Amino acid sequence: MAAHVHALYVHGTSPLHRAAPQCKLAATVLFVLVVVATPREALWAFGAYAVLVAAVAALARLSPAVLARRLVIELPFLAFAVFLPMVGGGERVDVVGLSLSVAGLWAAWGILAKGTLGVAAAIVMAATTPIPEILHGLERLRLPRVITAIAGFMVRYLDVTVEEARRMAIARQSRGHDPRWLWQARATAASAGTLFIRSFERGERVHLAMVSRGYDGTLPSFGATAAARDEWAWALAVPALAATVGTLAWWWLP
Amino acid sequence: MHIPDGFIDAPTSLAAGAVAVTGLAVCVHKTADSLEERDIPLAGLTAAFVFAVQMLNFPVASGTSGHLLGGVLAAVLVGPYLGTLCVSVVLLVQALLFADGGLSALGLNVVNMALVTSFGGYALFLLVRRLLPRTRASVVVASGVAAGLGVVLASLAFTVEYALGGAGGASVSTVASAMVGVHVLIGIGEGTITALVVSAVLATRPDLVHGAAHLLPHRRLVVGPRVAPEGVA
Repeated sequence: MAAHVHALYVHGTSPLHRAAPQCKLAATVLFVLVVVATPREALWAFGAYAVLVAAVAALARLSPAVLARRLVIELPFLAFAVFLPMVGGGERVDVVGLSLSVAGLWAAWGILAKGTLGVAAAIVMAATTPIPEILHGLERLRLPRVITAIAGFMVRYLDVTVEEARRMAIARQSRGHDPRWLWQARATAASAGTLFIRSFERGERVHLAMVSRGYDGTLPSFGATAAARDEWAWALAVPALAATVGTLAWWWLP
Repeated sequence: MHIPDGFIDAPTSLAAGAVAVTGLAVCVHKTADSLEERDIPLAGLTAAFVFAVQMLNFPVASGTSGHLLGGVLAAVLVGPYLGTLCVSVVLLVQALLFADGGLSALGLNVVNMALVTSFGGYALFLLVRRLLPRTRASVVVASGVAAGLGVVLASLAFTVEYALGGAGGASVSTVASAMVGVHVLIGIGEGTITALVVSAVLATRPDLVHGAAHLLPHRRLVVGPRVAPEGVA
């Protein structure tokens, strides 16, 4: 994983890859908010949202297989959705021999549909935007500089720190470390403590290196440029379409 | 613990977003006062550490494993304000780069895992530390107890959010007992590991533990001939 890309990024030159990051970020967040605000009984609306996400993914030339493979991130969250129909109250129906709560089934469907659409939208955004651009976008969206600066350092040193943790795990294992119970966790915890000290000391060295290269306490801007008006219009067309669907869904609520 | 989209309704998510923005604004203000921008590389590395520590698996029972959430650990190591900022940055990056936790639920996740865990946990840490003698062992015990209870606090915050705008289906009391029950168990692991990590850092660099700053002797820098060792011209 190189420093400027991340696990979900897919290299490309599509219109979506070239779009201004702040537009993509704003459009994604607004789209997800519209999806979350849609009543779950309006089944057709979620179909429309899925078509919209698929169309944007096609515009970005992302293969459906890549999208599907990355959607498995969501699997752990579905445990809660599975649990709801079993413990839910109210009216019950029999589904293949199991007595399930109707209210619980609706809740589970809502979580499943909205959660999947949310993850899919986030994946399309992340797949077409490298890390520096995401940081530019956040800065253009007026996030405080302290936060974008911390995030910038964090993503730059993430691989270093994660790899350091992995090397320590390998070193423990090669010395026969195979703990099975919580009271055997001391070695893992000592590694985490060492990892903190090494991270902190690396932070001190990075700071000194920056000072010796003329750092005066203010970071240069990430160099983000304003997006053109038509760029905003194209990006916001997606949440606007979704909002139209959402409004119709409320209108025709059964 | 990362809430996905669609779990909690839009009004509650937006309200939590407003609470998160307010809380983070306070943290930004407080850290700007005490740290200035020179410590931004340190904060970034601390955030990278919190991220890495969440990927570090520790054994729980009979070969199953869990991972640290790290909210209270970060607060005890670098202080509650900077710790909250670091955990929030981790959550932001996880949502944007890894699609981990819903974008509409980012406010909820920041409230639960950064604000409630770090501040609630740090308040508990100070309370327990005060009840115990002024020793390193007390700092270790206090951070463990606070980290364990901090996880339970986060699950209570989730239950409140579920009661306000949950997807429904199960009753609030069912969700509350399931969430709190599971998180008491997670809290035992979180508390044990946090205490062990804090004790490991205290053993080598006690000056890096914010929660143990009161134990360090106050040293003054003296520059002059009196500190020159014997026999050195």
